Amino acid sequence: MGAVSARPDPPPAVLDVAGLSVRTGDHALVEDVSFHLGAGERVGLIGESGSGKSLTALAIMGLLPDELSASGHIRLREVERDLLSASETERSTLRGDRLGMVFQEPMTALNPLMRVGAQVAEVLRIHGAVSGREAATDRARDLLAAVELPDPERIARRYPHQLSGGQRQRVMLAMALANGPDLLICDEPTTALDVTVQAQMLKLIDDGVAARDSALLFISHDLAVVATVCDRILVMYGGRIVEAGPTRALLTRPRHPYTEGLMAASDLEAVDAAGRLPTIAGSVPPDGRFPDGCVFRNRCPRGDDACQAWPGWTGEQHDGVACWYPSGSGREAGRG
Amino acid sequence: MVEPTPSTATAAQPGPAPHRGEPIYTVRGLTCRFRQPRVSLRRPTPPLTAIEGIDLDVHAGQRFGVVGESGSGKSTLLRCLAALQAPTSGSIRFRGQELAGRRDRELKFLRREVQLVFQDPMASLDPRMRVRDLIAEPLVAQRMGGVDERVGELLDAVGLARQSATRYPHQFSGGQRQRIAIARALAVRPTVLLADEPVSALDVSVRAQILNLLAELVERYDLTLVFVSHDLAVVRHVCDAVAVMRAGAVVESGSAERVSSAPQHPYTRALVAAVPTLRRALAGADPAALLGAAPTDEEPT
Repeated sequence: MGAVSARPDPPPAVLDVAGLSVRTGDHALVEDVSFHLGAGERVGLIGESGSGKSLTALAIMGLLPDELSASGHIRLREVERDLLSASETERSTLRGDRLGMVFQEPMTALNPLMRVGAQVAEVLRIHGAVSGREAATDRARDLLAAVELPDPERIARRYPHQLSGGQRQRVMLAMALANGPDLLICDEPTTALDVTVQAQMLKLIDDGVAARDSALLFISHDLAVVATVCDRILVMYGGRIVEAGPTRALLTRPRHPYTEGLMAASDLEAVDAAGRLPTIAGSVPPDGRFPDGCVFRNRCPRGDDACQAWPGWTGEQHDGVACWYPSGSGREAGRG
Repeated sequence: MVEPTPSTATAAQPGPAPHRGEPIYTVRGLTCRFRQPRVSLRRPTPPLTAIEGIDLDVHAGQRFGVVGESGSGKSTLLRCLAALQAPTSGSIRFRGQELAGRRDRELKFLRREVQLVFQDPMASLDPRMRVRDLIAEPLVAQRMGGVDERVGELLDAVGLARQSATRYPHQFSGGQRQRIAIARALAVRPTVLLADEPVSALDVSVRAQILNLLAELVERYDLTLVFVSHDLAVVRHVCDAVAVMRAGAVVESGSAERVSSAPQHPYTRALVAAVPTLRRALAGADPAALLGAAPTDEEPT
């Protein structure tokens, strides 16, 4: 993976993931995932449920369930140790400080027995950003105001169940951004929200990472949302990155048949003569039992014997594709 | 898509649609309030008004969309149409028969004509029942015979293998579970299908498959569809008429095409603007652009 770049060196990576694999017993759920994120870069990770997006995020955060094992390398800027070999103590000093995360369902991510202001203040105090209860409370209120919660003084004294879904998600964002993290990971942060609330949330995420020059890894299955927020996109399927590229190029000239399928299925205005939407044949195999070789070959219109071997990566790490017959290569002619 | 229909429901005055004859549903002044738990010893908490003064007509063969955000009352409206929720006041007539104020056992005829599909099939399908029993349950309830044959037919119709009948819901993916829920809804050969956010919990590729399946079944069985969603783009694809709800009232209605391409009400405009689209994102729109016309609570509804 990752041919030598001819362009000038990219800015030093905030996060460098190399050859990340996540396994459960006998088979891989995430395999050989490599990418990097620069400061201020906003990168989207897209794919269907079961493609390994969330596991990749959890591996970076060091939050994988015990029964899963991760291998490969995850390096964070200015951290000596590889995050995967770091102890839990070392990782817990990074989480909430250098690494922030917003989960899909804030009701399960927030502590139901603690007032939300105290939860934001806790993040600040644990990592020593402020000392003293009063200073932390003041700063927490400022952070709640920064995510545009009305009357932050009052909201800070509320419990999570007393807030709406959009308000809870804002509290999550305030906590994730509290210590100005180098990396913010958002895992489907707006999937459970109404569209107008989603729009506000996306803007807050965008402003929040811009103000702190944080790198953003934005996970979603909604292509339009990712395209609105991100500069670059990684497409994941079957635990592998199958295509990567700058947002506009990737979405105007997709190369991998899976990317093409996702885009076709998202466009509700493109229908055939009978008014039917294009779909991707078949479905994501249950329990992560993807075929060997190319993981997409059993659903792919171009699949043939060559696809029984993994195609390998063509192009640069941040702009390439893993396919025997990518669109635009000339090789896909007569297929699909 | 069917030919665009003229407005069949308006916020102010109910719009007649003479070309289709008697509507299947005629809803007038529908209001639904819920009592709330008391929090003060001095006075009761005022009731929550979920929907108020709704007028609409749904015609035979129509695909009628209801769009709105959480708390807009769209699900309450659907529950009233299914007679699962008794309205506080107002009238719901189904083929001329008044549903409001009827007792459950007087509504049995409706259960054969009207069926529901919900958002989350994991929650709406009993996890301890096999697929065969899930699909057969409405048939048994209606004392209809030929159960096994019908279950097989239905599995074919929704694109599941007949062997699926012996398995349990948790053995299926989200999209397959929604197919089971649709098969169950169609078991008694209803004429009206009410769908509450049936594709909101699904991935885009699965969403496309389920939308195609619904369109195919509505055509094949000549169903009238009432489709509730928060997503105007999905409703535009599925429906020919749409009513936009906000805070318990219909703020705009008309042909799905017209409402989504030329929305009149400020709230509908905000709703259309707030949905990110690939087209706009590739034209350089950023998250701030989505807030262009974000609604505020002070706006008239």
